[in-house]
Amino acid sequence: MSDFTKRAPIALNDPTLRRNFRRAMDGLMVKRAAQFADPQAWAALRERGAMVKARAVARLPELLEQLEAKCTANGIQVHWAESTAEANSIVLDILQKAGAKKVIKGKSMVSEEMELNHFLDGHGIKAVESDLGEYIIQLAHEAPSHIVMPCIHKNKGEIAQLFADNIDGLGYTEDVDALTAAARRALRDEFATADAGISGVNVAVAETGTLVLVENEGNGRLSTTLPPLHIALMGIEKLAETLDDVPPLLALLPRSATGQPITTYVNMITSPRKPGEKDGPEAVHLVLLDSGRSRVYDDPELRDTLRCIRCGACMNHCPVYSRVGGHTYKFVYPGPIGKILTPQLEGLDCAGDQPHASTLCNACVEVCPVKIPIADLLVRLRTESVHPGGSVAVKGAGSRRSWHETLSWRGWAFMYAHPKVYGLATRLMARLGNLIPENAPMMRQWTKIRTKPKFAGKTLHELAREKGFDHE
Amino acid sequence: MSEIARPQRPENVYFFGTCVIDLFYPGAGLAGMELLKRQGLRVVFPADQSCCGQPARNSGYLDEARAVALRQIETFPNDWPIVVPSGSCAGMMKTHYPDLFEGRPEHARAKAFSARVYELTDFLVNVLEIKLEDKGEPVRVTWHGSCHSMREMGVVDQPKSLLRQLSNVTLVENPREKECCGFGGTFAVRQPEISAAMVTDKVAAIEETGASQVLSGDCGCLMNINGAMDKAKKGIAGRHIAEFLLERTTTGGAK
Repeated sequence: MSDFTKRAPIALNDPTLRRNFRRAMDGLMVKRAAQFADPQAWAALRERGAMVKARAVARLPELLEQLEAKCTANGIQVHWAESTAEANSIVLDILQKAGAKKVIKGKSMVSEEMELNHFLDGHGIKAVESDLGEYIIQLAHEAPSHIVMPCIHKNKGEIAQLFADNIDGLGYTEDVDALTAAARRALRDEFATADAGISGVNVAVAETGTLVLVENEGNGRLSTTLPPLHIALMGIEKLAETLDDVPPLLALLPRSATGQPITTYVNMITSPRKPGEKDGPEAVHLVLLDSGRSRVYDDPELRDTLRCIRCGACMNHCPVYSRVGGHTYKFVYPGPIGKILTPQLEGLDCAGDQPHASTLCNACVEVCPVKIPIADLLVRLRTESVHPGGSVAVKGAGSRRSWHETLSWRGWAFMYAHPKVYGLATRLMARLGNLIPENAPMMRQWTKIRTKPKFAGKTLHELAREKGFDHE
Repeated sequence: MSEIARPQRPENVYFFGTCVIDLFYPGAGLAGMELLKRQGLRVVFPADQSCCGQPARNSGYLDEARAVALRQIETFPNDWPIVVPSGSCAGMMKTHYPDLFEGRPEHARAKAFSARVYELTDFLVNVLEIKLEDKGEPVRVTWHGSCHSMREMGVVDQPKSLLRQLSNVTLVENPREKECCGFGGTFAVRQPEISAAMVTDKVAAIEETGASQVLSGDCGCLMNINGAMDKAKKGIAGRHIAEFLLERTTTGGAK
């Protein structure tokens, strides 16, 4: 169980964490807004992005086969993993055959889903994170709190202390350049001595078998070119039909994510090193992870979830995420996208509380670069969570159903759909409602920091009649 | 929404009061009706109306939401605009009724109903092109835009343009105006701690504007914000814009 509601107060009562998130999210929102200052250009671009991803998702099975064929023809070895366990054993097998003892990793959320580092460690293979944010949380033995900026929950002072404690010869310093340089020095050796590189994939182009990887630190390029072996991990939804589809996605991704016009590095990987070429890995493997995604694909409405390009804009703009931070969600994908993706991948019996942890304010919907109807999907998942047998697509459907809630809503519908009952009930409530004690069930949660709502004495129905307004 | 061609000024309008206003803020409902009446319209308040059905829909009880929604559709039979003093309820009726009845025999009726739904301030500005004359004393106010009015109904500047018509009213912008207040219907009791954190931040942002009143077009948000402001004894009044506008434009009415 994800226990979101129980864990939320831990983050809420941590003033440093609250401040770190608030400040970071405020900055990200301003930077993104500056990138999309022209509303018409934004509307046109996101329409294109949404079309590109919707088309790719609609043709997912055939595009995956096309991708496999193209990659294979280009010399990239393709592997299919139905579960994270299967993906882990595929990666382990490749590494063991190559005799690899150390891998250098670019950022990959799929590898977080797999808990790959932990798995490899158990088999005597050391995985070193090379993305600065991932490097920081690896030092801290923590999980990412954001899908793009994994250590966004930490402030400068916390990182300075972490580096001082973990990097030999580095004293406490809050100088960002000094901290970055220290990580860079430590990582240089790791790059040079790694037996394999592991990366994620931002977009895989079915038409050409191209793996597109965006990043800012050059660590992605080094991880995928320096070691003799490169393993790319991707969820099966990260597809585009053609190369022409890539520019709109690249125009949307970094601007939505970090407010940058483009990332410092855009890597396009199409094959291992060819004869006569001076660099690049000798072997490239692509592991395609399903882990519940094809189940999401099976439902024509829920399928929109798979359009996601993992920019993180939804969490940057989420009033809930910015208060509770990423770790409260417990699973790999936090924020609004996590609230719709996690219950589908893990099951509503496991993460069914997450779709309820939203005011449906639509701030995420407003900024999603591929127009995922997140709020509607939250409602869909809420519906599934209380209706057993409602959908075969969602695991754990009906697991949150309770007789008292079901009865309450039936009673509610009866009252509100029968005008005479409604009239009588509201006239009574208007007169007697203020007698409800502050500590009554439901009211208790409300009055902790608010006064009781004041019933008006007379309903608008009564007052409209008294004032002589017509009824028909 | 504002970009769609405007209908002619109607002779009759329906008023949908909303269930929150019915029980807690009837004054806001009456004020909305009075503003429309003053514009020379015949305002009809069907007695059989109750709730738009949003609470059930947002909780995942779609059959229950449909039963209540259908009752509303039946209650507003004539082809008149339906004016709603809440962006949230209007959003439910305008954007979600068609989805709710997708693939069902009532779909066409639901769609036709939706097309007639207007949020109050949008209707005053874009259909009636109302002109307001301020008769009140100088006052500083700030605005709280509700999530659904902004993001489902496209109501962002309409209410503020009404306030700007009032010569003695200074509208102080709240930099966090567009952030959710944390109400979210059942969210406030399902996630009480997160909701509390959100409304506390909202109240702090309102306080920073230095305004003596915060106005909104949604009584759900107001119930939440007012409750938190009262408990913390902030001395700031949260009011529905309809009440405020009526008072300001009535001789001797402004407080």
